[in-house]
Amino acid sequence: MGTLLEVKGLHTQFFTQDGVVNAVNGISYTLDEGETLGIVGESGCGKSVGVMSLIRLIPMPPGRVVAGEVWFEGRDLLKLDDDEIRQVRGNRIAMIFQDPMTSLNPLLTIGRQITEALELHLGMDKQQARARSAELLALVGIPGAEGRLDDYPHQFSGGMRQRVMIAMGLSCNPQLLIADEPTTALDVTIQAQIVELVKKLRDEIGMAIIWITHDLGVVAGLADRMIVMYAGFIVEESAVKELYSNPRHPYTLGLLGSLPRLDEERPTRLRSIEGLPPDLIDLPPGCPFYARCAYRIERCQRENPPLETIGPHHRVACWVDVNGVVA
Amino acid sequence: MSETTTMTNQQDVLVRVEGLKMWFPITSGLFQRTVGHIKAVDDVNFQVVRGETLGLVGESGCGKSTTGRAILQLYRPTAGHIFFGDEELTTMKGDALRKQRRRMQMIFQDPYASLNPRMTVGAIVGEPLEVHGIGNKKENRERVQELLRIVGLNPYFVNRYPHEFSGGQRQRIGVARALAVNPEFIVLDEPISALDVSIQAQVINLLEDLQSEFGLTYLFIAHDLSVVRHISDRIAVMYLGKIVELTDRNELYANPMHPYTVALLSAVPIPDPVIEEQRRRVILEGDVPSPANPPQGCNFSTRCPRVMDICRERDPEFKDHGSGHFVACYLYD
Repeated sequence: MGTLLEVKGLHTQFFTQDGVVNAVNGISYTLDEGETLGIVGESGCGKSVGVMSLIRLIPMPPGRVVAGEVWFEGRDLLKLDDDEIRQVRGNRIAMIFQDPMTSLNPLLTIGRQITEALELHLGMDKQQARARSAELLALVGIPGAEGRLDDYPHQFSGGMRQRVMIAMGLSCNPQLLIADEPTTALDVTIQAQIVELVKKLRDEIGMAIIWITHDLGVVAGLADRMIVMYAGFIVEESAVKELYSNPRHPYTLGLLGSLPRLDEERPTRLRSIEGLPPDLIDLPPGCPFYARCAYRIERCQRENPPLETIGPHHRVACWVDVNGVVA
Repeated sequence: MSETTTMTNQQDVLVRVEGLKMWFPITSGLFQRTVGHIKAVDDVNFQVVRGETLGLVGESGCGKSTTGRAILQLYRPTAGHIFFGDEELTTMKGDALRKQRRRMQMIFQDPYASLNPRMTVGAIVGEPLEVHGIGNKKENRERVQELLRIVGLNPYFVNRYPHEFSGGQRQRIGVARALAVNPEFIVLDEPISALDVSIQAQVINLLEDLQSEFGLTYLFIAHDLSVVRHISDRIAVMYLGKIVELTDRNELYANPMHPYTVALLSAVPIPDPVIEEQRRRVILEGDVPSPANPPQGCNFSTRCPRVMDICRERDPEFKDHGSGHFVACYLYD
């Protein structure tokens, strides 16, 4: 399969009163056509900012993409003018967000919000767009789809609203769907519905997905490949099974160890990661995880380890081989 | 964790909830006439054994938080009885109730909203001591510092304000406040839901340590079954105002009886791609009905994959199907 997206050395900063926030600090990765990439990390690790930077949805000011290239379908998205990027957003690259209530306009009917994109990007007339909207709502499993086109967002439940968002996202047959914590606000049975729906649509339509989450559980059954972020850096990247069975960065190990598992017979004490993530305004000179790391050596304090390949499709940023050390 | 594998009759029951109903009126019109009720909690029965952790799980709006609050008499129940030890809380008022409140405390979900931003940490943690007239100023100051140390905070933080702390640290402040009056029973209402994964583990470990150190009894309310299974001895599953199943933590996972429990368990993702590949999900259709207008018969009948005719007519009884495995479902009659 061909490469769909290539991100090179992306840096995003926010210029605030308190100083420069280093939200994303030089991340590089690629995404193949039809591939599902999970990006995990905790609040403030840069997972959302990193992806919003790709499609230029960072509020400027205070934010700015200070360096990097984003190659998508033969063009660097960061060099496009406003009209050109608008043609890409919502058309070639679609997005769904965490909170389906705030991402929908409460004053417009659901039908109007879907037809807008169809008329704008695909040049459909009103009738065609309306018919297509009803099809899309049916596709994402909204019962009585046609009758619901004239309803407003508040008349839908949280799970149904997220379905509407997905229908909108898919309306222009995107090559890439960016999903930013789309199930975090939903109950677990509804989350399962949405995950199943996305899987089904992915297999039918063949789009690539970037799924951003803090939940290592949700992406385990969904992603082909995973990226773990910490303090604006990629600390580990690997095929999904390899990441869970052979995690090599101390932070990934810590994240997996701090998760209670539904299938644990006997409760073992959780291995929590002590301390807090570093201040992004005042990053330490060495490894950003140094202060919390159980495996740290002296070198980690001075030099930030680069992301290095340690196996097929497995990259880690760590000076220590965690398999060779007992923490 | 304590050993409470089988049922409770012989054991030391600390909290007994009988026929608890908590209905909120729906009013309408100029004179705020009551036109209906939100049946947030509708006839719930269970017991909490001294020293155990009872997990209460369910999805948003199932009534789990309302149940916790009604036990502590933060709401006055519409019907039912709540016994705390030998005392019946539901008939108590004023001073008598306040005296009992010393024995039970609550820890809230949102560590940002549950601490007064204008009070110092010292004042927040010390307030329960003041309210209950315990100790003098100097003693309380020492007690507050000791409490901060117990929850893993620097005792010299007494003069700082909540905004100077991270989410996990604020939750520790909330825990210190709850511990101030040496309670026997703590209701924890989604205490870790607002925290990041690595911080969640810190707080769970702290709660477990405190339980064994002070012999606390927990009612742990959460929507995340993995967390609840980790921390609880027994688990009660709620759906639309009712408990549908209650049993030992391992039994619930190994042998779930109620179709809702089965669906809920199958929906919880396991952080292991190999296991996820092989799992079969029971995907429930549709949404939870409104508690203002619950369906006739079993509340789950509108979404149940194994629904029968009787389920749409009469409400199944919540009863013991052997060694303390309680279920409300006609499949087992």
